[in-house]
Parts: sequence; structure tokens; C-alpha cells
Amino acid sequence: MNHDTYDDNYIRSILNNVKTIAMVGASPVNVRPSYFAFKYLAQRGYDMIPVNPGQVGKNLMGKPFVASLADIDRPIDMVDIFRNSNAALPLVKDALTLNPLPKVIWMQLGVRNDEACALAEAAGLQVVMNRCPKIEYGRLSSEISWMGVNSRTLSSKRAPVPTQGMRLSLNRVSVSGGGTNAADRAAQIKDDKNNNA
Amino acid sequence: MTDRLPGFATLAIHAGAQPDPTTGARNTPIYQTTSFVFNDADHAASLFGLQSFGNIYTRLGNPTTAVLEERVAALEGGTAAVATASGHAAQVTALQQLLRPGDEFIAARKLYGGSINQFSHAFKSFGWNVVWADPDDISTFERAVTPRTRAIFIESLANPSGSVTDIEAISAVARKAGVPLIVDNTLASPYLIRPIDHGADIVLHSLTKFLGGHGNSIGGIIVDAGTFDWSRDNKYPILSEPRPEYHGIKLQETFGNFAFAIACRVLGLRDLGAALSPFNAFLFLTGIETLPLRMQRHCDNAKAVAEWLSAHPAVNEVNYAGLTGNRYNNLARKYSPKGAGALFTFTLKGGYDAGVSLVSNLKLFSHLANIGDTRSLVIHPASTTHSQLTDEQKIQAGAGPDLVRLSIGLEDKEDLIADLDQALQA
Ligand SMILES: Cc1ncc(COP(=O)(O)O)c(C=O)c1O
Repeated sequence: MNHDTYDDNYIRSILNNVKTIAMVGASPVNVRPSYFAFKYLAQRGYDMIPVNPGQVGKNLMGKPFVASLADIDRPIDMVDIFRNSNAALPLVKDALTLNPLPKVIWMQLGVRNDEACALAEAAGLQVVMNRCPKIEYGRLSSEISWMGVNSRTLSSKRAPVPTQGMRLSLNRVSVSGGGTNAADRAAQIKDDKNNNA
Repeated sequence: MTDRLPGFATLAIHAGAQPDPTTGARNTPIYQTTSFVFNDADHAASLFGLQSFGNIYTRLGNPTTAVLEERVAALEGGTAAVATASGHAAQVTALQQLLRPGDEFIAARKLYGGSINQFSHAFKSFGWNVVWADPDDISTFERAVTPRTRAIFIESLANPSGSVTDIEAISAVARKAGVPLIVDNTLASPYLIRPIDHGADIVLHSLTKFLGGHGNSIGGIIVDAGTFDWSRDNKYPILSEPRPEYHGIKLQETFGNFAFAIACRVLGLRDLGAALSPFNAFLFLTGIETLPLRMQRHCDNAKAVAEWLSAHPAVNEVNYAGLTGNRYNNLARKYSPKGAGALFTFTLKGGYDAGVSLVSNLKLFSHLANIGDTRSLVIHPASTTHSQLTDEQKIQAGAGPDLVRLSIGLEDKEDLIADLDQALQA
């Protein structure tokens, strides 16, 4: 599976099917990307669980922080990793000890760990790396379009007026599946840089 | 299953637009409003803090304008776009995110005269130093790179010469220098050339020209290709470092591959204020729906007129990259295979005076300072658009004193040829 670019259908099916998301590295500081993403996904109806050992005893949008994945009291569908790339491997190992297993490992924008990915995939999990679920949800629903972002989707259907807390339809016609030249080139430039470093 | 890719004409009509959620209006409504109500204080705070998607105030964004932005981003193959009040506003807004006083950018000498002015004078007063290079000699770009270089700026097809720039060669220089390549794609439009496919990191347009296409509105747009890593060194602190006015958010970390577009909006539009009017956005959207049809006709007409002129005894030389034998013909075949655009220049054997008399004898061509209209246009750049340049700059920009520029419109080509014929004989 190519982890430089993802087909929209892959992302869409993950976001359509997962319900419970444990966000590892969720921050209570309201200017951190993890806080925005947590809040957005909670408002779109996902059952969000903040995981951060430094914040146990506190709440994030009414949800109590837990110290680790093992402390979660219910089955989770997806682990969203808001930590640096090195932390992803031990986290995937933790996730693979859960029963039942989560279905998806999602690593945030800027987070990529191919070893962790291979381990999760070998156990039958789906993996997304270097993406933000908030951005992808906003893009596929075209809610993100207010800021001129290319949702890469089309629709001739009248959308319902969005209200707070509403799940939005992600089932629009995809334009390019994310596999644009530009995305490939960006990945390539990153690789060049890593090889030079 | 992979997603199917709709074609260019489908995107020109559908990208960004969806029936209005409230009324069901199929065409994009004109949201002629300054501001948008918040649901509650929390909603307002999260919008201002860039935490939620939504509308605040039309200087920062507007639903009509957003449709235009998404459409142009889709046509160019970029991740996001930001519309501005003019093409020039797009240039200053884009560069503001990249340059600080004392920084440099390299620009092709062959540019629209107004851009040469903007770079030489207005930008100089900001402490942004332009270093000129010759797009016909790539080594001049290589030699111009210094540790202060922050961007390279070129036009895909250059105004007024219509010459074709070797985008891939200059992109290689930019990549080696670790700076983004900015391409002004006004003359080509994405129908003819998609600079991102050839290595551009940022694409700019004067929407005033072919995208609008009807000579009715001024506007500009910035497209983020999403290809540049702004955080790899300390060259672009606006994108890589915490923004004090947004509580320490780092734009690239938060917005990933459309961070540059976000910077242009939440810093550029917010502070410089050059926002597009929603009414103009509506007119541009209407224009873009027919872009592929219009652009092809522009090119076909231009080629016919250029061929006719090259055989005319009063004409010295026709500079149209679409003609075999033109020095840019190979580049045109590579970068712009559907046609070499609507714009070209020619010189008359009778020199300056013959040029002036041609302009005054034409009955269908309009003598004015614009390009990319349905109507055919004529101008003498040396005395108008490029008049503020020195003679040397004029020649370097492809606007010598004996030269006439045509922007070929969508009329019947026989009528355009007949008009030129009578004007050359008169
Ligand atoms: C290539 C090019 N870029 C930029 C501009 C500036 O655009 P505007 O007049 O919309 O500010 C023009 C205008 O002629 C142009 O031809």
C-alpha cells in the first residue's frame, strides 16, 4: 500500500466507519492542533477519548483524560497519534495488545513511521500517515471549502444546512483521489531531503 | 477502486460549486455581505482562532469567493487558492508571506511591465530586493541565487512578448536553491499550461484577463501547490514559527500542504486588505465556466491572424510562439500544445510611425491597456504599459519602440484579418 498518497475512497471509508477514536497526545491547550482536531471530531459526532498521561484527572470537552490506551474502558475503532514519529512504534505495539483490536492507526500531519505502519498492517489494521482527520473530514464533506481549499470532490446535490454536532456526508464524487502530481512531488522532495541529511 | 478523474471542462463548471444549502439555487449566489453571524461566543472564538471552518468577514473570505478559489485551485491542480482584488494584489500578498526586509527574490526580466514596476519600486521600499534574470538563459537564474534568495518569479507565457518560459529548467534551479518557484500563469490559463505539473510551487493569476475573459472585472488569485516544505530551514518563519497574533499557532504544522494559502488569507488579506468583491467573484465564476471553449478559440484565431500577418508585405516580423520557425516554438509545443495563447507582437517595416497609424486605423480592434477579452485588442506597449521603463528595460521585456501587441479575441477570424488588412493599407 502506498502511504505517500491515499485514494479518497480509503480515507472516506475509514472516516465513515469508525466511531470511537482515542487521540494519543491530545492537548488541553486550546491553540494546539490536537485540541482543534479533538474538538472538531467531537462536534462531528465521534466518540473521542483523550490520551495523555500528563493530564490525567482533567477533562477535554467533558471527556476525562486517560494515561494510556490500556486504560480505556471500551473498544476503540481508531488510534489517532498526535506524537512525534518515534513515539508511533511503541504506541502501535500497545494498540496491538488491545482486545478487541482497533481497526485503524492514524498518524497526524508530519507523523510518519514506516516500521510502525508495517507492524499494524501485518496485524490487519488500516493505516493512514501524515494526514489530519479534521482536514480530511472537512475536505471530503467540502466544509473546508470556505477557505478556498481544493476539496477535490464534486457534487450536484443540495447539501443540508450544517448545524452544530451534525455528521456531514462524505460521499461526494472524488476528483483526484489525492494522488496528484503535486503530492507525489512533495513526498519526493521530503525523501531527497532525508537522504541528504 | 481508484477514483475517476473528471476532465478539465467538468471542473471548470463544477469544481467548488454545489447547490445552495439554504435555497437550492443551482448557480452560485452572490453573497453580497460584509459579515456573517456567529452561532455563539464559542463559535466566534473558534473561528477567529482558526480552529473551525466558517465565514467571519468578507475581507478574510466569502462563500461566493470561496467557490472561485476552489475552482481555480482545482483547475491548476493546487491544494488551495486565495482570491485578491487584482493580479498585482496577488503578487504583493504572496510575496509578503515569503520576504522580510533585506531578502531577495529572482525575477525573469520578461514580465508584464506593471510587475517590473511593482518589483523595482514599490517592493524596493519594503526592502524586498528583486534580482533580474533572463528566462532565455537559465544560467542567469543559477548565478543570481544567494543566501538571501527566498523565491523565483516567472511568467509561463510572458506579456507582451508571448514568449514561452522553460518552467521545468527554472524549477530545477529553485529546487536546488531550496526556494519556491512562483509562476504567473495569467497569459496561458490552466487550460493551456498547468505550471504545478512542471514544478511550480505557487501559481498566480490576474483573473482580469483570460479566466474572467470578458473584460468586466479586476481580480487576482494565488494558488498553493502544496509542494513546498516551509519548515526545513529558517527561511520562512511566517510559515514555520509560532504566530503571535494567533496564540502561537504554527501555520505549516497546523494546516499542512495548504499552509501557504492560509498565510495569504489570515495574514495577507487580513493585514493588507486586498480582498476581492463577491460580485466580481461571481463574474469570474461565470467566465471560467467557458474557459476551455474560449481559450481554444483565442488560440485558433491568434494562429490564423499571426499566419496572415507573417505573409503581409508591410510586416517585418511576427513574434508568435505558435508559428513554426519561432524561437519559442519548441517550448510552446512542449508546454502549451493546445495553442500558444492569444497574445503576440509584431513589428512593421514602417517602424514606430506605421505602428501608431495602424492602431488608429483599426475599426474592430480596440486600442486599450488590457488583454484576454472576448474583444480583440491592440496596443503599442512602448508608449503605454511599458512607458515607465527605461529603453533598455523595454527591449529586455520584449516591448521595443517599433512593436505592436495584439490580444486576439473571439470574433470571426475573417473579420479580424479584414480589419488588419484595411488598417495596414490605409
Ligand atoms: C501577466 C500579468 N500579470 C499580472 C498583471 C496584473 O494584473 P491586474 O491588472 O489584475 O492587477 C497583468 C495585467 O496586465 C498581467 O498581464
